[in-house]
Amino acid sequence: MTEDDDIVLRTDELTKHYGGVHALEKANFFLRKGEHVAIVGDNGAGKSTLVRMISGVEQPTSGKIYFENGEVSFANPIEAKEAGIETVFQDLALADDLDVPSNIFLGRELRYFNLGPFSILNEKLMMQKSQDVLRKTGIKIPDLRNAIGNMSGGQRQCVAISRSASFVSKLIIMDEPTAALGVQETGQVENIIRGLKKNGVPLILISHNLRQVFDLVDKIWVFRHGRVVGAVDASKTDGNEIVSLITGVKSAVDSNANHV
Amino acid sequence: MLQNLRKSQSSESDAGPEQSGIRKKKLPHEVNVFIALVGIALIFEVFGWFVQGQSFILNTQRLSIMILQVSVVGIIAVGVTQVIITGGIDLSSGSIVGATAMIAMSFAQVSTYPRAVYPELTDLPVIIPLAVGLLVGLTAGLINGLLIAYTKIPPFIATLGMMVTARGLAKWYTKGQPVSFPTDSFAAIGVGMRPVLIFLCVALVFQLILRFTKYGKHTYAIGSNEEAARVSGINVERHLILVYTIAGSLAALAGMVVAARGLTAQSGMGLMYELDAIAMAVIGGTSLSGGRGSIIGTTLGMLVFGVIISGFTFLRLDAYYQEMIKGIIIVAAVVADLYRQRKRRMEA
Repeated sequence: MTEDDDIVLRTDELTKHYGGVHALEKANFFLRKGEHVAIVGDNGAGKSTLVRMISGVEQPTSGKIYFENGEVSFANPIEAKEAGIETVFQDLALADDLDVPSNIFLGRELRYFNLGPFSILNEKLMMQKSQDVLRKTGIKIPDLRNAIGNMSGGQRQCVAISRSASFVSKLIIMDEPTAALGVQETGQVENIIRGLKKNGVPLILISHNLRQVFDLVDKIWVFRHGRVVGAVDASKTDGNEIVSLITGVKSAVDSNANHV
Repeated sequence: MLQNLRKSQSSESDAGPEQSGIRKKKLPHEVNVFIALVGIALIFEVFGWFVQGQSFILNTQRLSIMILQVSVVGIIAVGVTQVIITGGIDLSSGSIVGATAMIAMSFAQVSTYPRAVYPELTDLPVIIPLAVGLLVGLTAGLINGLLIAYTKIPPFIATLGMMVTARGLAKWYTKGQPVSFPTDSFAAIGVGMRPVLIFLCVALVFQLILRFTKYGKHTYAIGSNEEAARVSGINVERHLILVYTIAGSLAALAGMVVAARGLTAQSGMGLMYELDAIAMAVIGGTSLSGGRGSIIGTTLGMLVFGVIISGFTFLRLDAYYQEMIKGIIIVAAVVADLYRQRKRRMEA
C-alpha cells in the first residue's frame, strides 16, 4: 500500500488466532480522514475481531496498527481512548445499576481533586455535560438520575453512543449499533451518525443491515472467513455485488483486498 | 449563553415528572427496610404487652445491649456490603475476627501476667497490637483479593479457603489456648458503648466513600457489569483487590473490638459472623447479584437483625428458634431481592 497523508488508520497484515481458530488473517484495512466506512460480512467473518484489536480490547497475534502519525499498540481500551479512538460495543457495555451521567463518564469520572481511588466526584458537572451531549442527539430521557437498566433499548443505545461522541474523538467505531432497536430508534441513531459525518469525525460501522450501510457510508469493506475480500465505494456498487462478496459467490474485487 | 443553558436545564427538569409518571418517584429501597424495622419492633411491642406485660421498645437497657451486640458484626458488614456490591462474597470475615483477636491480643498483654505469649513483649503501647491486628486482616483480605482478581477463582471458593485457613491460624497460634490479660489501653477499645461508636464512624466513612468517590462508583460499576467496567478502562483487578483488602481490614477491626470487650481472645471467636454480616447486608437491600446496596441499608439491616434476636430473647423463646428464624430471614431477603430484580426487568 502506498503512503498517504490522508489516512487516519491503517492495519498492516493484522492477524488474530484463538488457539487453532484463525479469526482474522492478514487484514490490510485503512480509513481516510472524515471517511465513514462499513464493515460487512457473515457471522465469524472477523469484523468484531478487527474492531476489538483497534479499540484495544484484544491484542493482535501479529501485524501492526498505524493510527495518525505512527504505529500504536494498545494494551487496553483506555489507551485507545486516550489516543482518541472511541468504541460503542455490540453488547452496549453499560452498567445497568448506574444512572446516565455515571455511565457516560464511566472510567473517566470528573472529580473535584485527585485523591486516587478516593477522589470526590463532581456529579453536578457530569450531569450538566451529560445533558448537553444528550440534547445534541435529540433523544428524550426524562430522568437522567434513573438507573439505565430501567430504560428502553433506544435510550440505552443513545447513551452508549453519546458516551463516545462526548469526548474529543478522532475515530468512532460502532459495532452493530442498531441491532436491537426499533424503526424509530434506529432512525435516531442514524441521525447521530450523519451528524458525525458532518463534523468530519471518521467512523467504522459494523452492520448487517445493507440498506443502512448504503445510506450512511462512503466505502464498504467486505470480510469473509477472517479475510478482507473486498473494499468498494458505496456509490459504485450495489447490494447484489456486496452479497456475492459476503457469501463468496464472487471473489476479491479491489486492489486493497487480499487475493486469497 | 449561560442563561440559555440554565433555562433549557430547568425546562428539562420540569418536563421530567410528567413524562415518566409515578415510576420516577419510587422510594429508595432503604425506606422499605426502615418500614420493616419499625413494623417488626411494633409486633414485638404488642407481644410484649400481652405476653410480658411490659414495653419492648421503651427499655434503654435492652436497646443498648441489642445495639452493642450487633454493632461488632456491623463493622464486618460494612466491608462485606462493599464486597457483595462488586458481585462477590466474603466468607472469611468470621475467621479473620478469630485470627486477629488472638494475634492482636498477644501483643497487648500486661507484664504482670506470667504466662504471656511473648513475655518480653508486654505492656506495649496500644498502637502496636492495633497495627499488628490490622496488618493481619489486611494481609488476609489482600490474599483474597489477589486470588480472586488474578487466578479468577470464584470469590466463594477463595474466601472459603481463607475462612478455613484463618481459623486454622487462630487455633495454631497458641495451640488452642486463649490469650488474656490485655493492657488497660487495649481493653479501653471495647469499654461501654465504644464498639457502637466505632461502628458508626466506620459506617459513616464508607457510606460517604461509596456515595461520593470514584472508588464507590467503580464498586457499583463492577458489580453491575464487570465487562463494561473493563472496557471503560476501569482497572477491575486492582479495584477488587482494594475492596477485599478493605473488607479484611474491617473484619480485623471487629476482631480487636471483640477481644478488647471480652478481655480475652479465643480461637473460636467470630464463628459464623460472616453469615450474620452477609445477612445484614442482604436484609438491608444489597443485591447478591451485585450492583446495588448501601451502608445505610446495611445499618438498617443490622438493626432489623438485632431487633429480631433481641425480641426473641425478650419473649423468652428458645435460642434454637432464633437460629431457625435467622436462616428463614436470610432466604426470604434473597428471594425478595430476586423478585425485585425480575419486576424491574419486566418494567424496562
